[in-house]
Amino acid sequence: MTSTGIGAAVRRKEDHRFITGKGRYTDDINRPGQAHAYFLRSPHAHAKIKSLDVQGAKTKPGVLAILTGDDIATDKVGGLICGWMIHSKDGSPMKAGPHPALAQGKVRYVGDHVAVVIAETVGEAKDAAEAIKIEYEVLPAEVETASAQRQGAAVIHDVAPDNTVYRWHLGDKAKTDAAFAAAKHVTKIDLTNNRLAPNPMEPRAAIGEYDSGDGVFTLYTTSQNPHVARLVLSAFIGIAPEHKLRVVAPDVGGGFGSKIFIYAEETVCVWAAKKVGRPVKWTSDRTEAFLSDAHGRDHVTHAELATDENGKITALRARTIANLGGYLSTFSSSVPTYLYAPLLSGQYDIANIYCEVDGVYTNTTPVDAYRGAGRPEATFVVERLVEAAARELGQDPAKFRRKNYIKSFPHQTPVIMTYDAGDYAASLAKAMEIADYANIGKRKRESAKNGKLRGIGISSYIEACGIAPSQAVGSLGAGVGLWESAEVRVNPVGTVEVLTGSHSHGQGHETTFAQLVSERLGVPFENVAIIHGDTDKVQFGMGTYGSRSGAVGMSAIYKALDKVIEKGKKVAAYVLEASAGDIEFKDGKFTVKGTDKAADFGAIALQAYIAHKFSGQELEPGLKEGAFYDPTNFTFPAGVHICEVEVDPGTGSTRIERWTAVDDFGVVINPMIVEGQVHGGIAQGVGQALLEGVRYNADGQLVTASYMDYAMPRADDLPSFHVGMTVTPCPSNPLGVKGCGEAGAIAAPAAVINAITDAVGHEHVAMPATAETVWKACQRASQKLAAE
Amino acid sequence: MPYTLTVNGSERSLESRDPDQPLLYVLRNALGFTGPKFGCGLGQCGACTVIADGSPIRSCQLPISAAQGMKITTIEGLGTIEKPHPVQAAFIEEAAAQCGYCTNGMVMTSAALLAQNPKPSVEEVKQALAGNLCRCGTHDRVLRAVMRASGRQKT
Repeated sequence: MTSTGIGAAVRRKEDHRFITGKGRYTDDINRPGQAHAYFLRSPHAHAKIKSLDVQGAKTKPGVLAILTGDDIATDKVGGLICGWMIHSKDGSPMKAGPHPALAQGKVRYVGDHVAVVIAETVGEAKDAAEAIKIEYEVLPAEVETASAQRQGAAVIHDVAPDNTVYRWHLGDKAKTDAAFAAAKHVTKIDLTNNRLAPNPMEPRAAIGEYDSGDGVFTLYTTSQNPHVARLVLSAFIGIAPEHKLRVVAPDVGGGFGSKIFIYAEETVCVWAAKKVGRPVKWTSDRTEAFLSDAHGRDHVTHAELATDENGKITALRARTIANLGGYLSTFSSSVPTYLYAPLLSGQYDIANIYCEVDGVYTNTTPVDAYRGAGRPEATFVVERLVEAAARELGQDPAKFRRKNYIKSFPHQTPVIMTYDAGDYAASLAKAMEIADYANIGKRKRESAKNGKLRGIGISSYIEACGIAPSQAVGSLGAGVGLWESAEVRVNPVGTVEVLTGSHSHGQGHETTFAQLVSERLGVPFENVAIIHGDTDKVQFGMGTYGSRSGAVGMSAIYKALDKVIEKGKKVAAYVLEASAGDIEFKDGKFTVKGTDKAADFGAIALQAYIAHKFSGQELEPGLKEGAFYDPTNFTFPAGVHICEVEVDPGTGSTRIERWTAVDDFGVVINPMIVEGQVHGGIAQGVGQALLEGVRYNADGQLVTASYMDYAMPRADDLPSFHVGMTVTPCPSNPLGVKGCGEAGAIAAPAAVINAITDAVGHEHVAMPATAETVWKACQRASQKLAAE
Repeated sequence: MPYTLTVNGSERSLESRDPDQPLLYVLRNALGFTGPKFGCGLGQCGACTVIADGSPIRSCQLPISAAQGMKITTIEGLGTIEKPHPVQAAFIEEAAAQCGYCTNGMVMTSAALLAQNPKPSVEEVKQALAGNLCRCGTHDRVLRAVMRASGRQKT
């Protein structure tokens, strides 16, 4: 390992600009002559638009245009799409209602887009918006996940009269039911996976621009996947063909899934730029972010686990209702289906699994992928069930898990996935050691002396990431392939530019990707530039989500580097006057086998461009190679997190006393960056477990629309983390990497709730486990104790 | 109306129609200092923090009329990559930034703290940063960085 190669804790290149204020985010960009957009949003959760009169508002100072759903229709701007087709168990396609960028006749959640005002300043646009005359016929709103399908519920989309988008299932129902019928013991649990607001610190923003000279549109946008945005805006929304639309996603201040999607606002900015003949800029304020950034989670689940007389798990079944909000966001349909149910085997050898999922419309903000996306929901179901089963059976939860772990690989689960590698018992053993699990009894007694309740909770999580083999996801309904692209451009002086289809919004790709190049080409780390986020530079890419940039994005770079080295060998053969088969490349040097003849990488790059040593008919000049990499399987990071809490039964307040995370991410490129990603995931998972929850009132008004009402985790809420690693290299990609971005968010909620329920006498505790919730659980526990 | 602001040691003159215009927008749009970030506009997230007369101030809440006469430092004036402020150097060493968006507020609040209290305890650092939100979850690293900048280590 070199000091900047694979495995080195290299400090991040991108931090140089971030810590000096030189980062360049979308809202930092201002275009000459730009105007500003302000969206008039629905104040009602569900209403018909009876009339909409913008004429008076158009005469207000500074106004350039006011556009509505009628203009969208006149200009034939296509609707926003959901790119993953899910079929119900009866074979019928999902019921996707229309999703115009500006409402047409009806609004379906508070914050839905009714009109846009384009004006010289944001202030003028807001003033004019107040003058828009609009008459609503308010309709009853459906807000609750569990009751949206009930008879007599208000119909949100005509295409789905029972508010049901799909009734999907996975697994063998008959076999699973038979296993339950034969079970010695059945554990049952009812869970709510609370709705979360993604809240990247950078609000979404967009600038649309149109150059009438060459007919080219440019969109600067806060996107995790600018090429996907261009594809959707071109092929489906139909604003401009791809060769006439450039999408730039510069520095992006966090995404966590919410910036994958193609939203109304950027669509309107691009479209409006041509209509008003000026660049049009929109920056979300924080209230708008709470209202309109796609939310995450929001499942209601009943789940059961069957065990035999030996405490072996024989079957699992689950029935989930997933709230998809007022419209289907870009990848929403896939999250509670194919990103959820295939993970219900967890780390366990379970022969029979069956899962039913109903996706429902409600009059709430659309719900889509949020860090982990489906996999945190699955892990919460599995790990709460397993914990509850161990307690019911009177077994130590760690032992019960170990007994039921999958122990040999590859392992085919009954729910699609083929796990390729892992050693779950090793992660558990290491985590128990770091967490001093053996002495928890002693620590519980010490807490009890102080009138406190101490609890410990394990979460043995698995995720499927490195998303994803294109054919496989295509067969499951995905509208796109999920490969990644890379281009490696070697300059004549031996410096290297890598163009990647991955996008960095906090993950540190400029550093880790450069480490790979430095290691493989033997060039100094400083001589490598990673370029991403601009469709004019990078030919195509699928972007960053689903912990895919290492396993898929870097594998594409790896493949392109193979080609660069091969080409370099051919050039070196001419330069060193040897046959290409005798050229070896190692540590940045081309050598002739069995001789001392050598040339370094930079010298060969120069020769490739000078092209004096070979005929252009025999070998093309230059040194530039590209690759598309399509993974052969998902990757399966897994690990064990152990959370230890202390609860004050008098107030219900919970403190996390210790956190141990032992993760198997396969080969690690930069341990410092990986550990930071683990910290971040845990922070979000702890936020979900203890603090966060999007709340609507019965009318569908969002009551948690600011940082005063929606509790984000702060330094004081989080412990120091003890992070360890185990390594089973991933056999499915050339680097052996698995992905680390989502693990913490997937593992953490179950670890926290298992710990709290351990502390409070196994009473049910819902997320977020606020002081009130925990206090009530303590009360129930002590009443039961008194009754006994 | 004309206003004169002292930003990063230089006097800058500008026109603004609105005496209540928040300093953040003046810095970002009129003066081109985009280091301070818009996160909420309500003083609830800390991304817009600048140092004004030695104190960390939410620039989204400070009217331009009140900012006149103050010595304002933005992150662009704190240090450079060649000559970083100790907090900036420690943020790199501890990899305390991820997406970089809250980083401005974290760095500026920490720099103001260390100017007033060069050897804070971990609890004091937590207290100082209680109003700075980070969604990437860098809290632990930020605490480590501030302790490193103060010459201590966080355990």
